[in-house]
Amino acid sequence: MKLFGRYLLILFKSQMQYRTSFWLLSFGQFFIPFSVFAGLYFLFERFGQIKGWDFFEVALSFGVIHMAFAISECFVRGFDMFSSLVANGEFDRLLVRPRSTVLQVLGSKFEFTRIGRLLQSSLVLAWAVSQIHVDWTIAKSLTLIFMIVSGVFIFSGIFILTATMCFWTIQGLEIANIFTDGGREMAQYPLNIYQKWVTRFFTYVIPFGCVNYLPLLYILGRTEGNSFLYMLTPLAGCAFIIPCLLLWRFGVRHYRSTGS
Amino acid sequence: MKAYLSVFRLRLANGLQYRSAALAGIATQFFWGFIIIMVFEAFYNQSPVTPPISLSQLITYVWLQQAFLAFIMLWFRDNELFQLITSGNIAYELCRPSGIYGFWYAKLLAQRLASAALRCLPILIVAVFLPQPYRLSVPVDMATAVLFIIALLLGLFILVAISMLIYISTFVTMSAAGSLLMFGVIGEFLAGMVIPIPLMPSWLQSIVNVLPFRLTADFPFRVYSGHIPKWEALEIIPLQLLWLAALVAIGKYAMGKALRRVVVQGG
Repeated sequence: MKLFGRYLLILFKSQMQYRTSFWLLSFGQFFIPFSVFAGLYFLFERFGQIKGWDFFEVALSFGVIHMAFAISECFVRGFDMFSSLVANGEFDRLLVRPRSTVLQVLGSKFEFTRIGRLLQSSLVLAWAVSQIHVDWTIAKSLTLIFMIVSGVFIFSGIFILTATMCFWTIQGLEIANIFTDGGREMAQYPLNIYQKWVTRFFTYVIPFGCVNYLPLLYILGRTEGNSFLYMLTPLAGCAFIIPCLLLWRFGVRHYRSTGS
Repeated sequence: MKAYLSVFRLRLANGLQYRSAALAGIATQFFWGFIIIMVFEAFYNQSPVTPPISLSQLITYVWLQQAFLAFIMLWFRDNELFQLITSGNIAYELCRPSGIYGFWYAKLLAQRLASAALRCLPILIVAVFLPQPYRLSVPVDMATAVLFIIALLLGLFILVAISMLIYISTFVTMSAAGSLLMFGVIGEFLAGMVIPIPLMPSWLQSIVNVLPFRLTADFPFRVYSGHIPKWEALEIIPLQLLWLAALVAIGKYAMGKALRRVVVQGG
């Protein structure tokens, strides 16, 4: 943990060397989700609702997902860029050091410019929380925090999975964007607006449903049966990272250096 | 002209090498298209008012957007050009016996064409045979199809002219990522990439209509789906030509200005 902090500090300092570029990029990162959110707002202005969800309910799930994505892209960027580590043989160096590979890959890169995205999503989230018709209790606020944490875990899990695939393919795979970028686009709406097969896939295989749909039902008081279970679903989402880490270890054992 | 053509051909051949990347791109774009369509489907499902564009027209719009993504997105960086500027190798480019504007223009155009050539046909073919309601409808008659192709190509020329302006701005700012990001995000929103222009509120539409961005993507797609009738399309195509001429003129002028003051970054 101490080492992680050290990595964080060093990379932060190095990125701060290019101050203008840093601010420009952060600013841009603020605007990307902003334009998507503006689109969302205009659609609601025209249509009013989507399958019974109103604007602020969707904005809440938009905020949660984008915040989770920003956090995990900032801290788990090392895994996202992992293909270059494998391709140029840098990974060999990590293997001989007496620390876990996960920690070292995590520490290889942080993307602090995502602060722009984080800021945008927190603004959306704050707006949604203040406008939505919900009596906020401690349990509900906790659930909201769980949702974000769980989202971070799921995105991180996907990043780790893609990195694991590099052990076999050497190259990075663009197809993985379906689950990261695509997952983010998709999960900004409550899951039940999609066709059944999409909903099922993203609840049982990649548990985005545990982040933005089931707990949202609880927060809005629309649950049937045991509401306590709904509150705990985000924790189930967190469990997604366990098989990912196991696969990662399996991959490391099968790693063959590219040499050079 | 011959020099530009051969640059164009080289670039095209270069771009066609990356076939597996294109395959992955196609899969991603299909997923993307499905997600967008399902969201709109859900919005349309219980809409109390009739929206200004029908669902099947919208679906056509989305598929065309996915198929011709390489033609319409501003976010398409040629790192080579940026590196030329920031690393100082621009000096070599200046020595070439051909105008640098035309040279780069041909380069960018070929890159987009190569990328689209690999991706658009498979997407279009599969989308045409998808089950309803996801099917991409075919244009009503030959005239519409011809108009669509003209509009699309002119749109592509306009887009490349706009992206040339972005590259030229790098001469001044030196930070490629920043200006590209801002231009890209705003420009794509105004081109109807985030939500189709007919669905925007009317005050925004009146802004969008005076800017050139919509001519690159929104206009050809709506011609295809018949949302813009043929006679209206014929009126807008001259406007496209006008914008194209204006943008190229601005680009050439700005480039000349920037080059006169260019500082070659050490080497």
